[in-house]
Amino acid sequence: MSENVVEVENLRKTYRGGLEALRGVGFDIRRGETFALLGPNGAGKSTVIEILEGYRDRTSGEVRVLGVDPRRGGLDWKARLGIVLQNTGEAPTASVRELLAHFASFYPHPRNVDEVIAAVGLSEKAKVSVRKLSGGQRRRVDVALGIVGRPELLFLDEPTTGFDPEVRRQFWDLIRELQGEGTTILLTTHYLDEAAELAERAAILVGGQMASVGRIDELGGPEARVPLVRWREGGDVREERTQDPGAVVAALHARLGEPERLEVVRPSLEDVYLSFLGDEARRITAAGGVA
Amino acid sequence: MSCVLRLGAARIAFEVRSYFRQGDSVFFTFLFPVMILLIFAVAFDSQTFGPPGEEVDAAQFYLPAMLAAGVLLSGLQNMSIDIAMERSDGTLKRLGGTPLSPVSYFIGKLGQVLVTGFLQSLLLIVVAAVFFGVPLPTEPERWLTFAWVFLLGVTTCAILGIGLSALPRTGRSATGVVIPIVLLLQFISGVYINFAALPEWLQNVASVFPLKWLAQGFRSVFLPEGFAAGEPSGSWDHPLILLVTSLWLVVGLAVVGLTFRWIRKDA
Repeated sequence: MSENVVEVENLRKTYRGGLEALRGVGFDIRRGETFALLGPNGAGKSTVIEILEGYRDRTSGEVRVLGVDPRRGGLDWKARLGIVLQNTGEAPTASVRELLAHFASFYPHPRNVDEVIAAVGLSEKAKVSVRKLSGGQRRRVDVALGIVGRPELLFLDEPTTGFDPEVRRQFWDLIRELQGEGTTILLTTHYLDEAAELAERAAILVGGQMASVGRIDELGGPEARVPLVRWREGGDVREERTQDPGAVVAALHARLGEPERLEVVRPSLEDVYLSFLGDEARRITAAGGVA
Repeated sequence: MSCVLRLGAARIAFEVRSYFRQGDSVFFTFLFPVMILLIFAVAFDSQTFGPPGEEVDAAQFYLPAMLAAGVLLSGLQNMSIDIAMERSDGTLKRLGGTPLSPVSYFIGKLGQVLVTGFLQSLLLIVVAAVFFGVPLPTEPERWLTFAWVFLLGVTTCAILGIGLSALPRTGRSATGVVIPIVLLLQFISGVYINFAALPEWLQNVASVFPLKWLAQGFRSVFLPEGFAAGEPSGSWDHPLILLVTSLWLVVGLAVVGLTFRWIRKDA
């Protein structure tokens, strides 16, 4: 039995009209892992996730989700998935509790409805119509609907859009609990701190292609992770990229005494990510694309 | 299979509850036939309808027509617009990502239409009887006819409504696509206009569609026997009502089976 919950190989998707949304995407997600799919708007993240969920057909390539081709995924297969879509859709007139209890009844081994409501912080709103909730609260209902069926694999497509910082932290705690229970998670997000916080590995998708894939702290390879030493000298800010920041700082100290405004910066996921987008923008410009 | 039926029952409860919470638009569909009955009964108060010796007043004459209209509105119009909206607003996409069988979803919709259509018919009959003194049939056979015409009519219209829901490309355009079809059918099928007054060729066109037969079936329940002579063939034609409507039901089921998708895959 394969320990990969998701296997994607050379995935291509060309929409009617010729738009090439995906141009050879490949990655695996291991059981129990949280995997982040990163990339700017229009990079193809949602197309990938919707192909894995069975909503869209692919043009070519190999895809296995829980060992099944999503094109042929039946109800038993869907019972093992949890899906939080990017768009909430129309809010039903049902109350939070009614809606969750109703969805729970679709699944063979659902979670306790009140525990799920508590986990997303909506206990006080349990009897309120979903229609009367705020945007952020409705998003939490979406998340609750995604996990109420006790999924083996959870798809989270930009789950925390519209959350305030405190609610986002609560959401992270909830995801850590799910991780603790062994849930495999595929996450797309625009918040790189969120990806760094929750995911073990990530793929960066740019223009329908894989720019990089790997452990969060190894994305982009070692050269993208070279630390930066920054200090102030004679009124100017100086920077030096170096594999040996300690030696640079020691040399500075020997030369200047205590350097003014000394910093040693390790590029964050965000820095690495932005450097990929920069590369892509340069490629487009070089190809004579957008001026 | 038992799971599909169990979830179907859960869907019926959920759908009926949602229906009555919608208020405005849906409630209008619900009360529309009653309002038309009230208007016609008042407007044509001084007229009588039917063969000499068996004349009836406007309320009695229009009761069967409005029952047929109610079945069409609750079944076909409501269902097709409702599902087109649900497809458009993401409700179906969400359901499509769960292990809910489409069959359970259909059972829920059908149950909702049966419950709301039944309440609508009940309201029509009560209003006609209480406010306008329309005599109700006492023979059990007539109520048996009512039962099968109603059940077959609602089921057929609902299934056709599910099929028709694939036609509008967006939820917004659904009313624009569906309402003209429904209105046209009502005008040529003897709902607003006395069927006997229509030219023969139009009667023949209408006879292809199920609404004409449903209206005829309800007439056979609520109008005196002498009215049968006013039908094109001179009789109530119960076997033909059963045949034509069942054929549409089978066609509808085939169309739904072939075309229903949780979402439009524009790819």
